[in-house]
Amino acid sequence: MSKLLTRLNPVIGVILLILVWWIATLLQIADPVLLPPPQKAFKALVDGLVSGPLLHDFAQTIYRTVLSFLIASAIAIPLGVMLGAADKVYRSVEFVIDFFRSTPASAVFPLFLVLFGVGDKTKIAVAAFGSVLVILFNVAYGVMNARKTRVLAAKVMGANRLQVLKDVYFWESLPQTFIGMRNGISLALVIIVVAEMFIGSSDGIGYRLIEAQMLFEMPTMYAAIFAAGALGYGMNWIFLTIEKTFVHWGGK
Amino acid sequence: MLSRTRAAIRLIKGGPVQDDPVPAALAQPGEKSYRWFPPGTHITVRGLSKQFQGSVLYEDFDLDLPRGKVVSVFGPNGCGKSTIINMIAGLLPMDKGEVLFDGKTIDETRIGYVFQNYREALFPWLRAIDNIHYPLKLMGLSRKARNERVEKLLGRFQVKIDFNRYPYELSGGQQQTVSIMRSLVMEPEVLFLDEPFSALDYEMTLFMRDQMQKVFMETHTTMVIVSHDLEEAVYLADHVLLLTRRPTRIADFIEVPLPRPRSADTLSDPTFVEIKSRCLEIFRREARLS
Repeated sequence: MSKLLTRLNPVIGVILLILVWWIATLLQIADPVLLPPPQKAFKALVDGLVSGPLLHDFAQTIYRTVLSFLIASAIAIPLGVMLGAADKVYRSVEFVIDFFRSTPASAVFPLFLVLFGVGDKTKIAVAAFGSVLVILFNVAYGVMNARKTRVLAAKVMGANRLQVLKDVYFWESLPQTFIGMRNGISLALVIIVVAEMFIGSSDGIGYRLIEAQMLFEMPTMYAAIFAAGALGYGMNWIFLTIEKTFVHWGGK
Repeated sequence: MLSRTRAAIRLIKGGPVQDDPVPAALAQPGEKSYRWFPPGTHITVRGLSKQFQGSVLYEDFDLDLPRGKVVSVFGPNGCGKSTIINMIAGLLPMDKGEVLFDGKTIDETRIGYVFQNYREALFPWLRAIDNIHYPLKLMGLSRKARNERVEKLLGRFQVKIDFNRYPYELSGGQQQTVSIMRSLVMEPEVLFLDEPFSALDYEMTLFMRDQMQKVFMETHTTMVIVSHDLEEAVYLADHVLLLTRRPTRIADFIEVPLPRPRSADTLSDPTFVEIKSRCLEIFRREARLS
């Protein structure tokens, strides 16, 4: 009995949440139009995924998020390693990075709209912009906190600057890089969903949410919220799994 | 190897050669003869100066270390034992001075270095075996040549370590063994060891001392070991370099003429005991403990 309970432990919260929701609808605490019963929202989710547009929206949001994340990583990781290894240079650009990292990415939407026009390009560019700074910051710090002994060890064995960079600094910064990438992709997802809501879109989870709201299709809206949640959670989970196998030495 | 013969011609700047040579490493600043160095010298340090946070650590420091011998460096806390070998090994810049290995600069010399903190010196993202391969890769050797060298080394060490494991999966002693092997695989001309056994338990320390002795007897690599344990310093060394408090000078350079292989019995040998107590006396004087 207790064994079963431990195994069920992680899902208890989920069951509890659905139960509360279900009871709330039974007791009609909220307007049934605003808060449909869970089975209706669930049905909308399944219908949307199987025969409706939700699957396509889901795929579009993933595509945009992943693309902007890949662009961001391709820029931020090599740049971060280089900046971190030359910490004098990093100190001189630290303020700029910190400043724009603290700037809400949504504040640059209008600027990027002017630069890239209405369409996918702008969404991906803004998401990549926000993501780049987060990843860059983490990679650079990972490199700067590299164990000096390992760097010295490589140097004493005859490694030149480039070899130290790719054989030591890169690996040393990898645990921190993964933290940066995880934060980076979450941020990219947030920006993409917001952009899909307000910047001329015809698909994506953000678009589906806004459309459901305008048509007052509440079950669809809840379904889209869950889809977005599942996406964010899933991406994080994938990253943690990769991290565990790839950065096997982390924390040891 | 080519560079060795070529570079040996380079002269050390300085005064006239004396007829009556002083023993190795005993040259003191102030004597005009200190530019001379005795035959069999491998490492010459001349006019080395180093300040540390405004206070003088080394001032016009000279040192000659013999070839093919083990020298332990021992001295009071804060006298810069590690600092001096780090400067000689090129890990730490010096303010002034010159260090030559057989007349060659550090860049022309292949050196090995074993760090005190093996946990932070090995690369945890590489398997133990790849850690040992790494310096050979830097030397640009082919896979086949690398394998040959590593096999040879493994055969010599005869330790029961699973080299396919990652460093953090090994015990402390095993990790330091891997670390020592990594520094030996490139067949260094000089091997520096900075308190290599101080993070190990006593049993492992005894084992590692004998491993080091075996390696030395087979390769006769010039070794410089920093130690904070006088017994260990004397046990391992052919010469004990005793340093003073800062500003650091050479307090004494004591020969340890005990035959090798040395063993646990050596520790109770009258000569060993006598040398150890002489070192201790000098140390106490220099550390101003008495």
